[in-house]
Parts: sequence; structure tokens; C-alpha cells
Amino acid sequence: MYAQMVKSEAADESAEAQAFQARIDAGEKIEPKDWMPAGYRKTLIRQIGQHAHSEIVGQLPEGNWITRAPTLERKAILLAKVQDEAGHGLYLYCAAETLGVSRDELTEMLLDGRMKYSSIFNYPTLTWADMGAVGWLVDGAAIMNQVPLQRTSFGPYSRAMIRVCKEESFHQRQGYDIMMKMAQGTPEQKAMAQNALDRFWYPSLMMFGPSDADSVHSAQSMAWKIKMNTNDELRQKFVDQTVPQAEYLGLTVPDKTLKWNDEKGGYDFAEPDWAEFFEVIKGNGPCNTERLAARNKAWDDGKWVRDGLLAHAEKRNARKVAAE
Amino acid sequence: MSSPNSAYPDIPETQTKPKRHEWPLWEVFIRGQHGMSHRHVGSLHAPDEEMAIKNARDVYTRRNEGVSIWVVEACNIAASSPSEKGPLYEPSESKVYRHPTFFDIPEEVGAM
Ligand SMILES: [Fe+2]
Ligand SMILES: [Fe+2]
Repeated sequence: MYAQMVKSEAADESAEAQAFQARIDAGEKIEPKDWMPAGYRKTLIRQIGQHAHSEIVGQLPEGNWITRAPTLERKAILLAKVQDEAGHGLYLYCAAETLGVSRDELTEMLLDGRMKYSSIFNYPTLTWADMGAVGWLVDGAAIMNQVPLQRTSFGPYSRAMIRVCKEESFHQRQGYDIMMKMAQGTPEQKAMAQNALDRFWYPSLMMFGPSDADSVHSAQSMAWKIKMNTNDELRQKFVDQTVPQAEYLGLTVPDKTLKWNDEKGGYDFAEPDWAEFFEVIKGNGPCNTERLAARNKAWDDGKWVRDGLLAHAEKRNARKVAAE
Repeated sequence: MSSPNSAYPDIPETQTKPKRHEWPLWEVFIRGQHGMSHRHVGSLHAPDEEMAIKNARDVYTRRNEGVSIWVVEACNIAASSPSEKGPLYEPSESKVYRHPTFFDIPEEVGAM
């Protein structure tokens, strides 16, 4: 997901921690000033931070096509979509900041590689059809995860997710709209759409993370209600929803083993190559270096703006105080 | 709690270095078109109030959400503390007569 393989801290057994768990079990929201176990706080900073970083880095693969969109309308739509993602990053950073970490600290942890972002954004966007595949599949997978997170136990995270989810359906629909246009276009355009699906199918399945059926970390996060479903549950849901949409487009999901299973009421499908996933996580995906370099450059190049505006504000404040 | 160099070095225990000068945090309130009061919608960083309003416009009113924006620097907001929850709100719990449904008005009287 946008937050993959987030390590969960262990719970402690103190009376306070037990009372805290009871509040969560009762469906109460935890707010920033409430008592919380240190593990809960740290796990949340890690998860919300990773989620925020993904929104921000996720602008890069799509930003790649804004200046080359095929029409002015498509360009305006893609621009609006990418701007939304900047907003998503902002809502999430603000939610993380309520836990006592500063914005600059979070940014630095992304830039020096201490914190991660979703593996999906380390894949390149090679053609215009990729803008369709990203909106349809990547935003589609994100929605699967973000909708249940609206009910997460941490108030600021839950509220950020509610705002994000309101905007995501536009993202997925604009992507599917591109796919429909391409799939109904010339044979070359349809081939581009198929090619985009071929390249993004397995990386999209990886977004949910490896099977976590026996992961201790994930059990703790689920008890704390900062993870609402297992990775496998969400992946299954995503496949079941997406396969008929691919069929409607007249495109083929690149999985020869894909088959409807009447008994479980869902599709049987092939697992992605987890060795590839771990390589991408480690920094060896096709675009890891490029993505981090782009973020570092933006941070460094923006320094004079951050400093200049702050100096201006301080000067004006000083003048105001002097005049009072 | 473990030391900062625990198995999870990514998340600082507390502020790790002297806080660098960041743009301050502002809380954003928006009034919608239908006459409701301003409502808290989120927060953002900005160097001053003018930029805070511009940024709030860019982030929080992208789809006609509002016709008026208030921004307040977060450090200027005073808030009740969650540990006072009991003493602060308990007095109203026993005063059921403050609700209109406390009173039985005969049906003959009509809507009231
Ligand atoms: Fe997003
Ligand atoms: Fe999105």
C-alpha cells in the first residue's frame, strides 16, 4: 500500500496501555493530546509519514506527462490530479506533526532514505497510456486501503483519510477514462493500453505488501486499528474489482493462471515476484535513484524561497512591534 | 523507552536537534456557501498570514468548498485538555431538563 511493511512497535502491558486498548476497542478516537503508548505513536509516525511521502513522490511519475498530454483538456485534468496529490501529502504531514515530529524532520528522513515511500512510484511512466493505468490501478489500489482507514483509531489520520477519499474517485475515474479512450482507439493505441496494463499489473498487486497472515507487526497494528485489513484481503478485493473492468476495456490481465473461483467467490491469481518487490524496497527499482534525486533537488532549490519568505515575515513583524 | 539508536532509528524520540526555523503552523477555518459558521478544515505551514490565506485557498477550496477563510497561528489557540474531560463536561450530564424532549406536551397542543 502507500504504507508498506510498516514495522509496528510492541505494545506494553501497563495499566495505562490496557485502558488505552479498551478505548480503541470501544471505537473511541484517540486525539493528539491523549495518553498513548510510545509504540503507538512511533508506528503511526512511521505509517502516516510513509503515506505522506508516497503522495509527494507519487506526483513525479505523473508530472512526467503534464507537458506532453495529448490535449489541453487532458493536460488540465492531469494537472488538477497531481495538485490533489500534493494536498494529500500535506494533510498527512499535518496529521503526523500532531504526534510531535516536525515537517522538516519528516522531509529529511525521506530525503536521506531513513523513511520509505510506496514501491509503485519507482516504476517509470513510459507512454501516455501509463497515465490511464496509474489512475485506474494505482489510485484504485490506494482507494482499497484508504477507505477503511477512514475508521482508523487516530483522529487526525482518520480525518485526513476522509478528505483524501473524497478526491480519489476523481483520480481513478480520470484514469479509467484515459484507458477507455485508448482501448477504443486505433490498434496502436489499444496496444499501448495493453502494454501499460502489462507493466502496471504486478507492481499494483505489490502495493498491498507481502502476505501478512503470520506477521506479528501487522497483528499489533490491527489491534491498534491503524491497519484495518490484512494485505491479502485487500489484494483479493482489488483483483475481484479490477478484472471485470479490464474485460470491459477488452484488455487482458497478464496472468495466465487468473481464474474465477466459485467456492471462494473471488478470483485465483498469481502472486507478484516478491524478490523484485524487495529489491525495489531496498532501493534497486528502475527509478529509485531518480525519484530521490528529484526530491532532494526540489528541497535544495527551494531553500532560498523558504528562507526569503521567512525573513520577510520576520522583518514585517519586527516593524509592526516597533510601531505598537 | 529505548534509546534513540534502537532497532527503529527512523523515528526521533523527541526533537533530535535544535528546531530549525520552519514556517509556522496555521489552522484553517472555512465558511461554506450555506451560511454555516466557519469550520476547522485542517492546517498548513506558511511564513505569514497573507501566505497562509493564499495557501489555504489553494489547498482547501479547490472544489467550491467555501466563501470565507480564517487562519490562526496554531500556537495562539488555547484548547481544553483531554484529562479534564470528566470535570469539564460532567456538570451538563445530569441536567436532562435542558433538552426539549424532557417535557411531555399533550398532543392536542400541537407542534411545539
Ligand atoms: Fe492521493
Ligand atoms: Fe490519487
